[in-house]
Amino acid sequence: MIPTPDLSHLSAKDYDHVYEPAEDTFLLLDALEEDEKELKDLHPSISLEIGPGSGCVSAFIGKILGPSVLYLCSDINPHACTCTRATGTQNKVTLDVINASFASPLTLRLKHAVDIILFNPPYVPTIQEEMSDAQDKCSISGSWAGGTDGMNVTNIFLEHVEVCLIDLQP
Amino acid sequence: MVRLITHNLLACHVKGCTTNNFPLQFRDVQIELREAEFNPEFLKGFLSKLEWKALVDASRQLGDTTLPPDIPEMLDDDFLKNLHHVLLEIHVEEGIMSCPNCKHDYPILNGIPNMLLAEHEIG
Repeated sequence: MIPTPDLSHLSAKDYDHVYEPAEDTFLLLDALEEDEKELKDLHPSISLEIGPGSGCVSAFIGKILGPSVLYLCSDINPHACTCTRATGTQNKVTLDVINASFASPLTLRLKHAVDIILFNPPYVPTIQEEMSDAQDKCSISGSWAGGTDGMNVTNIFLEHVEVCLIDLQP
Repeated sequence: MVRLITHNLLACHVKGCTTNNFPLQFRDVQIELREAEFNPEFLKGFLSKLEWKALVDASRQLGDTTLPPDIPEMLDDDFLKNLHHVLLEIHVEEGIMSCPNCKHDYPILNGIPNMLLAEHEIG
């Protein structure tokens, strides 16, 4: 049983700007822990998390897989970037963080090169405008406003997955 | 921090900027050195993902001259230790990464590179 990452360095003030880990976060952690063997069997070199928020998930997978992996984290929200880096430090996992939209600055170099891609996306169904407004402001509402059927952000993410994820097809 | 392992994976993504948009050129940098655990197997495994010339050029921009111009045939301990240091222990905390093609500047503040684009720059 791998302990949940230590987030004691984050305060209520941080959670005004950054998604506080909740049931959906812990569901993802449980799933990763359940897949520990499969993840290790990949002998991964690169893990990429989109929207790490507090940094909880990447810190957790860092505990599962150890220091022989490059943990890249890309968040559109600059507060989330600062929190993610601090969470890495707090949990002794090196997280390389960039303030970016999805994996946009990485897609040229990381075509079919990423072993593990992680995202707990904004999935709450909202009007399109609320989602795009949230993304434009790079604020906390970007962590839940998902647009039409809650899928707008996820659909863009899936395009990035197609480009970056290692192609296991023979 | 922007480490050179990450810098080697970042390209300019301004709309229409599709040639000579990698690697980004460092300017006005403040660096910090932080020790990292030496893992030769990780380094050997990662070599094939690196753009070597870009890494060497970036390391020289940051004042390190230990990497050879080409990857040697024998990956001896000295080479791996130098590679380890360059890839993982040099942290750019402040500075600018600039696109050699379109000249867009990506600032690095408090160790976080800002790769966001204005609306008109997005493809």
